[in-house]
Amino acid sequence: MTTLSTGSTGSTGPGSTGSTTAPREAAPRARRTGRLSGRPQFYRSYAQELALFNTRPKRIWVGLIVLAAFALSQMLTDNHLNTLALAYAFAIGALGLNIITGLAGQVSLGHAFFLGVGAYTAAAISGDPDGRTIGFGITNILVWLPAAGLVAGIAGVLVAPLATRLRGLYLAIITLGLVFIGEHVFREWSDLTGGAGVGRESAVPELFGLEFARDGDYLTSDQKFYLLMLVLMLVFALGARNLARSRTGRAFAAVRDRDMAAEMMAINLPRAKTVAFAISSFYAGCSGALIYSIIGFFEPSTFGLLLSVQFIAMVLIGGAGTVSGAIMGALFITLLPTLTRELPAYVPFISGQVTDTPNVFQLEQVLYGLLIVGFLLFEPRGLFGIWIRIRNYWKGWPFSY
Amino acid sequence: MTQFLEVVLRGLGSGSIYALLALGFVIIYKSTGVISFAQPAMMLTGATITSYVGPALGVMLFTGFSFFVSMAVAALLTAALALVIERGAVRPMVGRPAFVVAIITIGIDIVVRVVTSGFIGLGARNIPNPWGLERVELIGLRVQERHLVSLATLAVVVAALFWFYRYTRHGLAMRAAAFDQEAALTQGVSVGSVFALSWAMAGALAAVAGTLLAISAGVDRQIWIVALVALPAIILGGLDSLEGAVIGGLAIGVVESLVGTYQRDYAPWLGDNFAVVSPYVLMLLVLMAKPYGIFGTPEVRRV
Repeated sequence: MTTLSTGSTGSTGPGSTGSTTAPREAAPRARRTGRLSGRPQFYRSYAQELALFNTRPKRIWVGLIVLAAFALSQMLTDNHLNTLALAYAFAIGALGLNIITGLAGQVSLGHAFFLGVGAYTAAAISGDPDGRTIGFGITNILVWLPAAGLVAGIAGVLVAPLATRLRGLYLAIITLGLVFIGEHVFREWSDLTGGAGVGRESAVPELFGLEFARDGDYLTSDQKFYLLMLVLMLVFALGARNLARSRTGRAFAAVRDRDMAAEMMAINLPRAKTVAFAISSFYAGCSGALIYSIIGFFEPSTFGLLLSVQFIAMVLIGGAGTVSGAIMGALFITLLPTLTRELPAYVPFISGQVTDTPNVFQLEQVLYGLLIVGFLLFEPRGLFGIWIRIRNYWKGWPFSY
Repeated sequence: MTQFLEVVLRGLGSGSIYALLALGFVIIYKSTGVISFAQPAMMLTGATITSYVGPALGVMLFTGFSFFVSMAVAALLTAALALVIERGAVRPMVGRPAFVVAIITIGIDIVVRVVTSGFIGLGARNIPNPWGLERVELIGLRVQERHLVSLATLAVVVAALFWFYRYTRHGLAMRAAAFDQEAALTQGVSVGSVFALSWAMAGALAAVAGTLLAISAGVDRQIWIVALVALPAIILGGLDSLEGAVIGGLAIGVVESLVGTYQRDYAPWLGDNFAVVSPYVLMLLVLMAKPYGIFGTPEVRRV
């Protein structure tokens, strides 16, 4: 991926003067785009390699996939759109965890806490002022979404001092403790959260009079949600991809690969970790606000350890450190229940009832566990790695490498 | 004053269960450098096995005896399960970053726990034992018998561990491997079997802890949460210190018990059931002051 060539003189070398017209025609085009035709990974400048989409196939494919995703809003049933909208909202959270764990290498089991902070901030800002729980009645999504992200981001900055003092597994345990403490606070602060087992209604999504929770003249509620989540996810994904190639993002990667070496290269370690926590928590807060604005109602016990583990599963199964991996992982994990719910019809001994054993809910959890273990053992690069392997097979075909 | 001492004793009783769990975590960490998040599942499995073996044994000799026999059987079976897990999922990961292995153990934990939950069912499974919630009078203090049993078990386990590490070949091998894996390898220590042994020991300890925990209320699907309380205990004591694990576990138990008794009167604003999260709060406070715990060795970083 990182073939780099600087100061190259271009495709028209000294020997090419007497050649046929084809290369001569190709040369100006190559100079204009700065590329050699047929050599997508031959970079001529750092700027080229660090570009947002560094190869043309990438640009084309991303464009096609995005178009297809938009087209899906007209093709699928509302039920499926609803699931996909949730998956996109989860993907934003997975992108956030990917920044802190995949990019900066800090293991966080506390993602559920930041998700909760965001969800409650959004719910409080947009909630009914006369309702049972705290609410300010500002339902515009442009207000509550950034607010949810910011409050969660501030929570991240507050936690960061601990993270900067600790490394590796100590940090994992601390963030695990954070989830328990957060769950306790959410449970007890019943003015805000409605209390354990009761819960509250979540953020009301509305954009300058456009209400997402109601069917409109042209689009149903689910279609609107789908499009909103798709657009937001694309924005957040672009942000994450951009971050990864920025100075800050490269500093994160250096910290991940070897924190002492990063320090030697004059990267301010505490600052890098704090920024990573803040950005990751910002994503988590936005994701939390969006997820529950789709579902409509939530209660404190949602933000437990299992939610954190789900996000870790998303990042690892998708492929840690890659934006497309995080999105693939989130889609995979969110769509998994829809698949397993179909199982009782085909497999006789698996029940659809919670009270029976074995039931689909248990199967679902076992699958999370097995997928985490299986991917880490056999394909540590996740779904993204599988994609790379397939791509390399066809690239080298008919040779094995 | 009497109430205070009774509360402390109760804390020591539940603390000894945390200490047993914490010992398991530390044993694995010392020899492999990894925190095994699969310990909660091991604890649940051990307690469940006891709840099946206990009734099958019936009442042997006197009532307490069958309890300890079934506990020993559960410890052995759980150790065997831990060996299988170590061999199948953890050994192939030797040399990979510690956090990757830790996340693998999270995956294992979920799988084992859900499967075990299937054997528990929706309600609680009883573990036959002669103590239950009975109390005895001890130098003017009323204590539940089960707390004394837990403390006694912890004492026996600690003595056994001390003997094992100090006087046996395998104990020496484990100490050597913990000190320097490569050096131990060159001296003929089989580091692989040290890994296996430490997982088996941790599994057995978790089973013992789970069984003791289930004396009063039986085994249900939720008791695995208790095993996570051992994490603040090992942070408090230091990840790589066995005596730290014991002291940390007992301290966490006492703090939790004290908070549970007095917090309602002195700090009601912290909310109901604050005692449940108090270990984690204590852990955060300790880490602010001493990032590597009270007995842990600070990490030396060389360029």
